[in-house]
Amino acid sequence: MRLMLGRTMAKGSIVAGCLAPHPPHLVYAENPPQNEPTSEGGWEQLRWGYERLRESLSKIDHDVLVILSPHWQTYVGTHFLGLPHFEGLSVDPIFPNLFRYSYNLDIDVELSKAIHDKAADAGLAVKMMENPDFRVDYGTITTGHMVNPAFDKPLVVISSNRSRHYYSVEVMQEMMMELGRVTRDAILESGKKAVVLASNSLSHRHFTTESDVPEDMSKEHITSHAMHLWDMRIIDYMRTGQAQRIIDEMPEFTEQAIAESDGGGLTWLLSTLTVPTYPAILHGYGTIIGTGNAIVEWPCYAHEEV
Amino acid sequence: MTNPVLASYVVPVHPHPLLVPEQNEGWQRLRDAFDEARQQITDSGADLIIIYSTTWPSIIGHQIQADPNPTWTLVDQDFHDLGSMDYSFRIDADFAEAWNKANHARGLQSRTVAYNGFPIDVGSVVALKLLNPDNAIPAVIVSSNVYANRAETTVLAKSCLDVLKSTGKRAVAVTAMSMSNRMFTEFIDAAEDKIHSLKDDEWNRKVLEFLEEGRLEDVAQLSRTIHQQIRVQKVVTFKPMWWLSAMNDNRNDLTGRVLAYEALHGAGGAVVHLDPTSNGMGDKEYDEDDVEVYHGERNVLDAEGNEDSPEARHVDDHGPALWDPAEGKDAVNADSAPKPVGLYPHARRVGDLLYLSGVGPRQPGTNAIPGGPIRDANGESLEYDIKAQTRAVVENIARILEEAGSSMEKVVDVTSFLVDMDRDFAGYNEVWAETLGHYGPTRTTLAIRALPTPIAVEMKVIAKI
Repeated sequence: MRLMLGRTMAKGSIVAGCLAPHPPHLVYAENPPQNEPTSEGGWEQLRWGYERLRESLSKIDHDVLVILSPHWQTYVGTHFLGLPHFEGLSVDPIFPNLFRYSYNLDIDVELSKAIHDKAADAGLAVKMMENPDFRVDYGTITTGHMVNPAFDKPLVVISSNRSRHYYSVEVMQEMMMELGRVTRDAILESGKKAVVLASNSLSHRHFTTESDVPEDMSKEHITSHAMHLWDMRIIDYMRTGQAQRIIDEMPEFTEQAIAESDGGGLTWLLSTLTVPTYPAILHGYGTIIGTGNAIVEWPCYAHEEV
Repeated sequence: MTNPVLASYVVPVHPHPLLVPEQNEGWQRLRDAFDEARQQITDSGADLIIIYSTTWPSIIGHQIQADPNPTWTLVDQDFHDLGSMDYSFRIDADFAEAWNKANHARGLQSRTVAYNGFPIDVGSVVALKLLNPDNAIPAVIVSSNVYANRAETTVLAKSCLDVLKSTGKRAVAVTAMSMSNRMFTEFIDAAEDKIHSLKDDEWNRKVLEFLEEGRLEDVAQLSRTIHQQIRVQKVVTFKPMWWLSAMNDNRNDLTGRVLAYEALHGAGGAVVHLDPTSNGMGDKEYDEDDVEVYHGERNVLDAEGNEDSPEARHVDDHGPALWDPAEGKDAVNADSAPKPVGLYPHARRVGDLLYLSGVGPRQPGTNAIPGGPIRDANGESLEYDIKAQTRAVVENIARILEEAGSSMEKVVDVTSFLVDMDRDFAGYNEVWAETLGHYGPTRTTLAIRALPTPIAVEMKVIAKI
């Protein structure tokens, strides 16, 4: 049954928040027509997790997907895709053997601009990206594909400001908490129903070699026990509604697990959800070339007024 | 053959000098410096431009561009409002493939990439469009490996030199990099650009002073310090000077000239020319290990004790007992060599000759077998890397020779034993040619059924002292 949540209400809402990591291996393993390389599968635990997430989101009425991607890295402020349509070929610069994807996607420029403007008002450095030759990053495309392979809903795409590198995790969190707050405000004011997605892994130490057959699952495991412990600790906080503890421990997690949360996506996501105290749904966990990846959904529709 | 690098350059990675030099006098001076460097390169007669770019990070070893004609339009992720950069480059794909092969021969992980639409990075695009606008000289581009250390980066240069020497090509080496890389994190008026801080500026000027004095190896050996002082921890660290110095035989007496040094949104951008002509000053004042072959395991977090890793399997649990080397008046034993599997010394002196016991690839201390053992504890065959094993044998020989006061140049005769001639001769022979073969000893290669430990190759050596 499709939940027609808030259909009659003018006020917008965040209907779900998701941790939706972007390793291109997942698209490669799915063998979609958009991707040139072909595989024998692999990383099924995560791909089944994405199936469950898609199934869950299919039951929730929503208008737009808002993605913060750690692979659109900007050092001067936070940027937003600012044209209504992008298409082209995305080739992963690190795994070009796995990901050469023809993308074709729409942007909700109105909502992008609304978030941009509110962020500017809040004192954040922001910019709309309006160059039509711009190539959309593969993190956005992978997350977009795994959540909605038809790309039949518009996206808002937000860059990852690398303030963690220039300053500290603490400063990054301050900025991302603010960006999350204004993202939420803009969505509520827009009258639209949005799914917000942080496109990042958890622990992020890669293997530096690749199997002859990249999808050889006999070679796949977490890089170290310490990484596993950190991933399980963070997932446990998610599943038990302790998002504030994730925020509190983010500096240690980011440093010790070399976590991809350094890009700010996870903090921003939790902020858009007003640091939820209700349990998240773990749809799947697995490793990709040694990094830890969790597919997690916060079912806001069940816990917030929408 | 003398070093085939005709000239080296440091160039900045930001797109401003390419796209909007007119917006800032400093950006225009950088553009002028690029133009001067372009003319120098044209006049040099170089056959090849080799670019090591810090804006192309990689994690599966190094990647080398091998598309003969990569063509696309690049837009910078930050400075997209400055415009688009159309490019169409001429890449020496044969050289790229040869470099990749040479990397493997020296123990590096690397691969070539040749895919339509592969995103060539902004540093490489800016460098090639400004230094080689008509594609008059073919180019090669190599990535900066996120996890590479000095040893790995140095060996990357040495394998590049191997190919230059074997092909007879002469090249210009370019590092696309910032000096200090801290940009302003807010948008600025182009006319008001400046180096982000006085500290960054002072460090940049000190580094450039070294380079102007031709002290490239000194800068390379200060890389970690420079990184700590003036580098934001982005994707890659301040490692291009390791590569560039190794490309120049780690020299400190080059002839350097800073063509320009300016701010690029707060970061330090410099165009520097390093000529191999000696400036007459002294060479190196201190030195780190001059590593020839890379042996590191980059999965550092769980490398130790990972019994499942083919690179780290030990023989202790299914091989013969290890012995302390036999002592004696003429015996030579090296702590840096693996323990024997019986009561005999590593080597024995007879007159001015040195006779080595059979030397295998086992690693001293750990007994790990580089390239992996040929069978497991149950006698089941395993995949292994004969080239890695052969390289390890040669290095163990070098250690014993050094302990005895001899050296690789003094090796007279070698008898090699292979347990699988059909499978392994080619790989063994390739490593031989790169190592002992250089020194010209006589050699006999025999196929045998087995060796006492699960190794594929062993060598028996006679050398002069």
